[in-house]
Amino acid sequence: MSGQSQRLNVVPTVTMLGIMKARLVGATRGHALLKKKSDALTVQFRQILKKIVSTKESMGDVMKTSSFALTEAKYVAGENIKHTVLENVQNASLKVRSRQENIAGVKLPKFEYFTEGETKNDLTGLARGGQQIQQCRAAYVKAIEVLVELASLQTSFLTLDEAIKTTNRRVNALENVVKPRLENTITYIKGELDELEREDFFRLKKIQGYKKREIERQTAAAKKFAEEQFAENLALKKGISVNSAHNLLSAGEKDDDIIF
Amino acid sequence: MAGRAQIPTKSSALIAMIADEDTVTGFLLAGVGNVDLRRKTNYLIVDSKTTVKAIEDAFKEFTTKEDIAIILISQYVANMIRFLVDSYNKPVPAILEIPSKDHPYDPAHDSVLSRVKYLFSAESVASGRR
Repeated sequence: MSGQSQRLNVVPTVTMLGIMKARLVGATRGHALLKKKSDALTVQFRQILKKIVSTKESMGDVMKTSSFALTEAKYVAGENIKHTVLENVQNASLKVRSRQENIAGVKLPKFEYFTEGETKNDLTGLARGGQQIQQCRAAYVKAIEVLVELASLQTSFLTLDEAIKTTNRRVNALENVVKPRLENTITYIKGELDELEREDFFRLKKIQGYKKREIERQTAAAKKFAEEQFAENLALKKGISVNSAHNLLSAGEKDDDIIF
Repeated sequence: MAGRAQIPTKSSALIAMIADEDTVTGFLLAGVGNVDLRRKTNYLIVDSKTTVKAIEDAFKEFTTKEDIAIILISQYVANMIRFLVDSYNKPVPAILEIPSKDHPYDPAHDSVLSRVKYLFSAESVASGRR
C-alpha cells in the first residue's frame, strides 16, 4: 500500500466517482466552516489574552489594598481578631455560580460570585475597630470580585487554547490529508474509466473491421460459387468437362449466350 | 474533543484557599469559608510549620472536590508545589495564584500568566503593540 497511501482503495466505477465527488464537496465545505470557526475562536482568544493581562495587573493593586485594610483592622481591633474570624467559619456566604457561554460551539465557563445568607462575622470587632473590620471585609469582597473574574478569564483561556488547537488540527488534516486523498482518488477513477472507454472503443473498432472482412470474404466466396455453378451448368449443357467449360468461359467472353 | 473536560454548570460552588494566615483571615472575613459535616475546611493556612506534603494533599483534595470552582493559592505556596500546579491543566476548578503579603509577586512564576505573556508578546510583536 506504500504507493497507494495517497488515495483511497476503491473500485473504479462511475458510482464510486459520484460518491468521491460528493465526499470532496463535503470535505471542502467542512474545511471552510472549520476555518471560520478557528478564526472566530482566535479573535475571542486575543480579547481574553488582553483582558487577562490587564486583570492580573489590577489584581496586584486590589490585593495590596485589601492587605492594607486587614493590617488596619488588626491594628485597631487587636491581633486576636484572626482567631475570632477563624472560629466563626461555618457556611460559606460568598459563593460562586458558574454558567456556560457558547462561542462558536465551544463552551466557556463564566463564574460569578453571589452572597447568600448572613455572615457570622457581623459582630466581630464589636468591642473595637468595627468600622475598620467592615472596610476590610468590603476590600476583600472586592478582591474576590476581581479574582472571580480572573478565574473565569483564565478558565476560558485554557479551554479556548485547547479548542483552537483541536480545530486547527482538524483544519490541517482536512486540507493536507483528506482532500488530496479524495482528489487523487477521483483522478485515479477518472483515469481508469478513460482507459476502459479507450479499450471499449478499440474493441468495437476491431470487431467492426473483423465483420467487414468477414462480409468481404463471404461475398467473394458467393461470387466464386456462382461462377462455379455457371461453369457447371455450361459443362452440362455442352457436354464438356468442367475445365474446358472454364476455358470456354474465359475464352468466349464475346459469346452472345453468355450474359456475364 | 479528546481530553477536554466537561464543564459542570452548578448553581453554587465554593472558593478554596491555600495561603498564609493573613490572606486566609481576610477572605474568611469576606465570607468564603466553609466547614462541611466532617469538619473539613475549604481552606488551608500555610505557616512555617506546614509541610509540603500537607500542601500537596490539600491541593489534590481541592482539585478533585466537586463543589469547588476556584482555588486561590499564594504564589510562594504555589512555588513549593510548582510541579503539581504546572501539571494541572483542567479548566475547572481554576487555579489562581495570588500575591501574598510577605512575598513579592513575580508574574514570571505564574503558570498561566507565563503562557499568556508568551502568547501576548508574540502577538504584540506581530501587531506592533507594546
